[in-house]
Amino acid sequence: MVGYLIRRVIQAVIVIIGVCAITFILYHLFPGGTNSEARIILGPRATQPQINLFLAQNGLNKPIWTQFAILVGHVFTFNLGYSYKLNEPVSTIVLQKLPKTVLLVGLAILLTVIVAIPLGIFQVLRRNKPSDYALTTMSFVFYATPTFFLGIVLIEIFAIHWHVFPPEAPQSASVGSILADWRALVLPVVALAAVSIAGFSRYMRSSMMEALTEDYVRTARAKGLSTRRVNYVHALRNALIPIITLLGLTLPAIVSGALITEDVFNYPGMGLAFFNAAINNDFPLLIGTVVVAAMATVVGSLLADILYAVLDPRIRYV
Amino acid sequence: MIPFGGAATGKDTVVSEAQRIGGELTAPETEVTEAGEAGGIGGLGKVIWRVFAENKLALVSVGVVVFMFLFCFVGPHIYVTNQTYLVITNVNQVLAHPSAQDWLGTDPNGYDTVGRLMVGGATALEIALLAAGIATVFGVFFGAISGYAGGAVDAVMMRIVDTVLSVPTLFLLIVIAAILHPSFWLIVFIVALAAWLVPARLIRGETLTLRTREYVQAVRAMGGGGGRIVVRHIIPNAVGTIIVNATFQVADAIGLLAALGFLGFGVPAPGTSWGQMLSNGISYAQEGAWWLIYPAGICIILITVSFNYIGDALRDAFEVRLQRR
Repeated sequence: MVGYLIRRVIQAVIVIIGVCAITFILYHLFPGGTNSEARIILGPRATQPQINLFLAQNGLNKPIWTQFAILVGHVFTFNLGYSYKLNEPVSTIVLQKLPKTVLLVGLAILLTVIVAIPLGIFQVLRRNKPSDYALTTMSFVFYATPTFFLGIVLIEIFAIHWHVFPPEAPQSASVGSILADWRALVLPVVALAAVSIAGFSRYMRSSMMEALTEDYVRTARAKGLSTRRVNYVHALRNALIPIITLLGLTLPAIVSGALITEDVFNYPGMGLAFFNAAINNDFPLLIGTVVVAAMATVVGSLLADILYAVLDPRIRYV
Repeated sequence: MIPFGGAATGKDTVVSEAQRIGGELTAPETEVTEAGEAGGIGGLGKVIWRVFAENKLALVSVGVVVFMFLFCFVGPHIYVTNQTYLVITNVNQVLAHPSAQDWLGTDPNGYDTVGRLMVGGATALEIALLAAGIATVFGVFFGAISGYAGGAVDAVMMRIVDTVLSVPTLFLLIVIAAILHPSFWLIVFIVALAAWLVPARLIRGETLTLRTREYVQAVRAMGGGGGRIVVRHIIPNAVGTIIVNATFQVADAIGLLAALGFLGFGVPAPGTSWGQMLSNGISYAQEGAWWLIYPAGICIILITVSFNYIGDALRDAFEVRLQRR
């Protein structure tokens, strides 16, 4: 177990260094190189001495490998630069917004698990019946529905026509008061979860089907256990294991979805901050957010894999 | 049929060559029929076509895709509208309700919505097919080389894939779009950048098993180099996986493109895409301008569902081929 954990953590660190490399490439994508990067931050009327000072202060005049080493050091010490548009360090902004996005993503994952797993089981138990086909078609449609379109439709129906839920997500500053305003959270969470519910229920269905063909299920039946016990204890527990891996794998997609959901519902999380940064050409904040989103995803996948190892002894000893 | 041919855009010659060899090498027992028999996917045999055709939903999906292509590329010649410049002479032409003249009304700029759907759809389909094609070709070569080389090369190449996969795609793509201002080809490149990872992984996995096969050993014994083995033996034998995945890539590319367009990083005006149309239409939702939202949204869903169904049916068809071997 410890060996597995160490290997998995080393892998995560390598991926984070890779993320640094991507960030580095992004910084060097600016047409005109570092000079124009300085101009974007200092403005078009900056003089050459000012630009030179900026380059020296930010280590941009050093050899390329030194620059990269500095960047990796900054990322691991959570020094993400300074947002000149908002006049605040990027890490401060991100730390304010991150908990809200984690809350939104967490609730969406929770909803996904609560809905998709029973749905998949239900489909297996009534496989190849009309209800199974109907649910499969529905999950195909929801899987294909862009998050923002679903969001718009939900606002149209539930906020504009029926006035059941507010059209805007909670605007409070703290996580606690956001949770207290749960009515406003319903639509964003549903919009974000819909795609993954569709994907997960299909995966759950095939995973459960596969589990039911395993030898241990036949053994369980042969020794006279009830169908209920075979289905829910023997098959289900094994079918659930791949779902955890899927959770780790789809996390980047859910975080991407959060970006759109936050934009549609004006939810003051990291995605909205990122979107505003993109519109304002606030490049330090833009790139800093990518780093944090990637790191959060890597950590999330790491947690999913650790959970996987805890639940499935076969993984631990490989 | 357009969709299959289109999905391979970018390197048609390689793919068709691959299919030809694939047909000869991997499926000697399956009846190799003339190209076109199997719905345009080449000489992969009647069996695949038969299993595919058994799936009624997949056939309907092919119909939807063909209809969409006709609608977007032939439609503008039949239902002629002005989509390039703005001449608003009458205030009633802006945000007009559906009428005999404008079947789905007009948008806030006075453009006819049906005509807009055609323009937006053509852009979306072109970008999605190009991006999926480029991503598939690149991903296939990347994966095949990585899997064939093995060792340190493989480890480094796959860590690259892992890293990019762990970054939430949309964040990365928007940063690139914000730094380099969006144009048609930049968007193709951006969508392809997100799409090549999955084929690379799949083909690497496939290569790991294929490279131990006897015929690969035989080529090596006869003095065939690594390049020849990868291009003429490994990739052709993975063609089923490649085609199935390319279909899914098209569906994903349309979704991603819609998301980019929605967030304001789409093709420059007067061009548009379905996602951009939705993004512009949302401001008028409260005024009841349903024709600015639902048609574009339904188009995105229809085409994505169709490509996903086709991909699913193709996967079943190729699996049957493998089972019968």
